[in-house]
Amino acid sequence: MSSQIVPLIIIGVSVLFILGIKFLSSPKTARTGNLVAAAGMFIALCALLKADGSSVWSHGWSFNYTLIVIGTVIGLIIGAIGAYSVKMTAMPQMVAMFNGLGGGAAALVASLEFVGRSHSIEGIAGFDAGSMLFATLIGSLSFSGSIIAYLKLEGKFEKPHTFPGQNILNGLILLVILGLCGFLTCNASSDNATTFFIVMFSLALFFGVAMVMPIGGADMPVVISLLNSFTGLAVAADGFAINNLAMVVAGTLVGSSGTLLTLLMCKAMNRPVTNVLFGAFGSSGGAQAGAAGIVGTVKPIQADEVALLLAYAQRVVIVPGYGMAVAQAQHSVRELSDELGKRGVEVQFAIHPVAGRMPGHMNVLLAEANVPYDQLIEMEQINPSMDRVDVCLVIGANDVVNPAAREDKSSPIYGMPIIDADHCKTCIVMKRSMAAGFAGIENHLFYKDNTRMLFGDAKASLNALVAAVKAS
Amino acid sequence: MDTNILFIFILAVFVGFEVISKVPSMLHTPLMSGTNAIHGIILFGGILVLADADTHLAQVLGFVAVVFGSANVFGGFMVTDRMLQMFKKKKQP
Repeated sequence: MSSQIVPLIIIGVSVLFILGIKFLSSPKTARTGNLVAAAGMFIALCALLKADGSSVWSHGWSFNYTLIVIGTVIGLIIGAIGAYSVKMTAMPQMVAMFNGLGGGAAALVASLEFVGRSHSIEGIAGFDAGSMLFATLIGSLSFSGSIIAYLKLEGKFEKPHTFPGQNILNGLILLVILGLCGFLTCNASSDNATTFFIVMFSLALFFGVAMVMPIGGADMPVVISLLNSFTGLAVAADGFAINNLAMVVAGTLVGSSGTLLTLLMCKAMNRPVTNVLFGAFGSSGGAQAGAAGIVGTVKPIQADEVALLLAYAQRVVIVPGYGMAVAQAQHSVRELSDELGKRGVEVQFAIHPVAGRMPGHMNVLLAEANVPYDQLIEMEQINPSMDRVDVCLVIGANDVVNPAAREDKSSPIYGMPIIDADHCKTCIVMKRSMAAGFAGIENHLFYKDNTRMLFGDAKASLNALVAAVKAS
Repeated sequence: MDTNILFIFILAVFVGFEVISKVPSMLHTPLMSGTNAIHGIILFGGILVLADADTHLAQVLGFVAVVFGSANVFGGFMVTDRMLQMFKKKKQP
């Protein structure tokens, strides 16, 4: 009986996964969507434990099952600690980390299956060998790539690392890897298959590092999204290899929706995905290109002066960026906005689609600080009314308000949609120093006539502003 | 090779594309995190290979795969839920 029920359960589970992803793409149902997908996973796990008795649980309890239980519990603890202890600013890193672990698991599963079956008497059919090798390659690449992405987001070597001919070298490594995969697919049972396999595995790990190293920290969201869809494909390939339908469906759904999400993110930055992966943009030439056409000088301002401007404004728009996240200033921002609200000032937050290190990063942070949801306005909605804004407060955002994207055809970010902070009456830019943004481009906004710079740590400056607004 | 499974694969590719055609950018991160949790189904793969492991090396590697997969699936869903928890509409104080 169980053999007939399992496919039905898997159909149900697939529907739950699809609905989960569907619900996740709308704000009202997103949380339900996550729970629906989790429920699907739970049911699938139970079905595997209960019904797959013929192949898995047939030999009674053995040491391996003890290992399975211990391993699952350890993973559960690691996951729970990671998920609940991580700061909201470090969320992107956490996603990268979990994705890397999934990729590593996919690579290990495929390797064990390949090495085990290449020594067996039956050997491996070409198609199975191909999917195992694909899963190993993509999984290990995703594992090492995600770790580099994690480290870059943690602030280790976040600048792009490039040298001449790097793309060519990477291409050669990839060719060698594909060559080895091709050879192994046809000769899976040859004597030195395991040796070649280990070489391929190591090269794939190295390729993950080599692929992500040249990409700047600002593009990590796109990279993580891409690696996420890679892991999905690796899991699907594993599903093919071990004939597990649930893995094929879940992995493929993640693979294709992840690919589309990656393209959507690139679209929000107005850059083709190839540019992100191979452009190493911002590492050279960017600053010089952006510096042309700058007129005017930087005009600093003091906190109490800003406080007066804010306190007597009609409408204030706050543009948060990664600097706000780094300074952990979201609570101070909310305090300032509450204080201004009490005085009858209309305060709104303008959210650029790629502000922060991940799309949606700012929404998550501001929500954590209890900023009401309806005060967060998306770029397209707020831009047409920017010229009726009295004060625009830019907190740690840089490239997403750079008018060079509109004005300077030679700028690397030309054509990227931006928040028109320069259209308001007075624009206050809060910044630690005059350093260029992640893209390494000079910001024309800082030199505009209606721009004033408030230098210092965002949190300290905001607290000073709150105190000054209260006093005025 | 089982052609049914290939058939399902092809359909799943298109479903994956269709299902997220319109996503507001603020949900990109939670969506990425949620799909990240779904590929944690690799935990099953880890369980299956570890159950059949017959050498010490296979046991060690299979064990690592189970730990990784388990952290991926449980951590993934939890971190997504934590992100989405904060999207609740809050009343103005």
